[in-house]
Amino acid sequence: MGKTPAKGLDHARIAMAAIEILDLEKEYMVGFWRKRPKMALRPLRLTIEQGEVFGFLGPNGAGKTTTLKLLMGLVFPTAGSARILGMAFDDPQVKSQIGFLPEQPYFYDHLSPRELLNYYGQLSGMPAKGRSARVEQMLARVGLSDSANIQLRKFSKGMLQRVGLAQAILHDPKLVFLDEPMSGLDPMGRREVRDLIQQLRHEGKTVFFSTHILSDAEALCDRVGVIHQGELRGVGAVADLTSEKQGKIEIIFYAPHVPAALTSLGAEARISGDMVNAVLPEEQQDAALDILRRERLRLISLAPVRSSLEEYYVQKLRPTENRKGAGV
Amino acid sequence: MNSRVGFIAFNTFREAVRDRVLYNLIAFALLLSAASILVGEISIDIERLVVVNLGLTAVSLFGVVIAIFIGIGLVSKEIDKRTLYTVLSRPVRRWEFVVGKFFGLTGTLVVNTFFMALGVFLALLYVAHKFEKMDVWLLAAIYFIVLQFLIVCALSLFFSSFSTPLMSAVFTFALFVIGSLAEDLRGFARMTQGAAGLIATVVAYLVPNFSALNVITQVAHGDSVSSRLIIYNTLYALFYSAMAISGAVLIFQRRDLK
Repeated sequence: MGKTPAKGLDHARIAMAAIEILDLEKEYMVGFWRKRPKMALRPLRLTIEQGEVFGFLGPNGAGKTTTLKLLMGLVFPTAGSARILGMAFDDPQVKSQIGFLPEQPYFYDHLSPRELLNYYGQLSGMPAKGRSARVEQMLARVGLSDSANIQLRKFSKGMLQRVGLAQAILHDPKLVFLDEPMSGLDPMGRREVRDLIQQLRHEGKTVFFSTHILSDAEALCDRVGVIHQGELRGVGAVADLTSEKQGKIEIIFYAPHVPAALTSLGAEARISGDMVNAVLPEEQQDAALDILRRERLRLISLAPVRSSLEEYYVQKLRPTENRKGAGV
Repeated sequence: MNSRVGFIAFNTFREAVRDRVLYNLIAFALLLSAASILVGEISIDIERLVVVNLGLTAVSLFGVVIAIFIGIGLVSKEIDKRTLYTVLSRPVRRWEFVVGKFFGLTGTLVVNTFFMALGVFLALLYVAHKFEKMDVWLLAAIYFIVLQFLIVCALSLFFSSFSTPLMSAVFTFALFVIGSLAEDLRGFARMTQGAAGLIATVVAYLVPNFSALNVITQVAHGDSVSSRLIIYNTLYALFYSAMAISGAVLIFQRRDLK
């Protein structure tokens, strides 16, 4: 029996998707004496394509870690399901093709990084032949070759994070889940993690990472999703979200003070050293340039104001009634 | 054995060794050395009896304490420290984790018992100056002690799969004490009538029968151990441990790792 074209397309889409979350939902029972339900994740529907770097944004307690734990099989959904690389998310086969870095990871501190990676390689089903070479390669990749034989109990938080990254990509997974990978790292460490995610993108891996550091998401992600109070508030491509014009322009010019004529055009201006930075409606552009010419002020730049990821994030975090009319 | 179970078991064993669990052997060696010297000084003709009784009882108690205190933390510690997350996000099934942990701990106890048993034989040689044919039954007593450890490990794992470490320790130790009096409990059940008798019988047969696994006094007196008892105890310990581990797996399979 032949498939209908629509069904065929649907199957192709599923095969293409790295992650397909189908109304995954999690409710915990809280309280000691009188247990009451607490919704940690409202029905979540989300699709991540292969090769995509997806940022899962939200404040602490928003439901990011719960989502990752559900996908890793560490907690069980109250309802819904998910498919990872075309397979049911609880299929043990899936696990050999995914890597996971938990938030603030802890490892067996009686082991050295070399022993730990070797152990995880064994559990991941990596053949003995080539495993040692891969372990050494990963140690070098995260800059731990010199500390490879020191017990992990002597490691700093930053070094543990590196071990965490190494174990997540050790078995060359197609899909990598990173839970707050930059949390607690110094600027150098954050940069290294950013570089690693960029490398994974170039290798064609799919990366799903949760963060509340927006600059990281803006720099790394193809798309982001914003989650708050267990509810997915919006998903969008970073390029679209940050290129949206606001109907305003920003003019920067040299001047000792803000010209009064410019203020009368409705400009919001501030002085920074010997420069003035003024934001005003787009339709006032010509009038503003006339004022600069008339007062013989030197123009530095003129550019349309674009929305930032931060604005999008803040907008999505607002209570529902304030967001009416704001599209996903 | 499933290879992942083997890897987890080896890691558990390695952790116990590196966390200096085997240091208890030093305390054991000191205790036995002191006891042997003392016995040599004060006992007349009962040196063997005292050393075997004291030595094997110490082997049993040291092992039970290790089994309980490591066993209760085997799963809960991994959840608390979140080391479990990076294990279960790999192609490792939850039952493989529990069974691997169990084998790792029992392996540790077998190695520990081997060295303690060696100590007992050395102490015996020191006080008696030679081995006798009946000393071979000491091996049966040591084997039964290892079977006790199997059950204690399984029970501590079972309780820790749903309870706090402290409560798991209390439950397991309580069962060890009650189980050591299982024969008396069964005798009491036989003498009791009605509903109380029924309850006593159920309890008497439900608690692990550690008293059947204790032949220390018997072998200390040079008595033999029947092959029937060896087979019965082996099957009993394997069955009881398997039941407790199955219970631990069933609970752990459904547990959310928050």
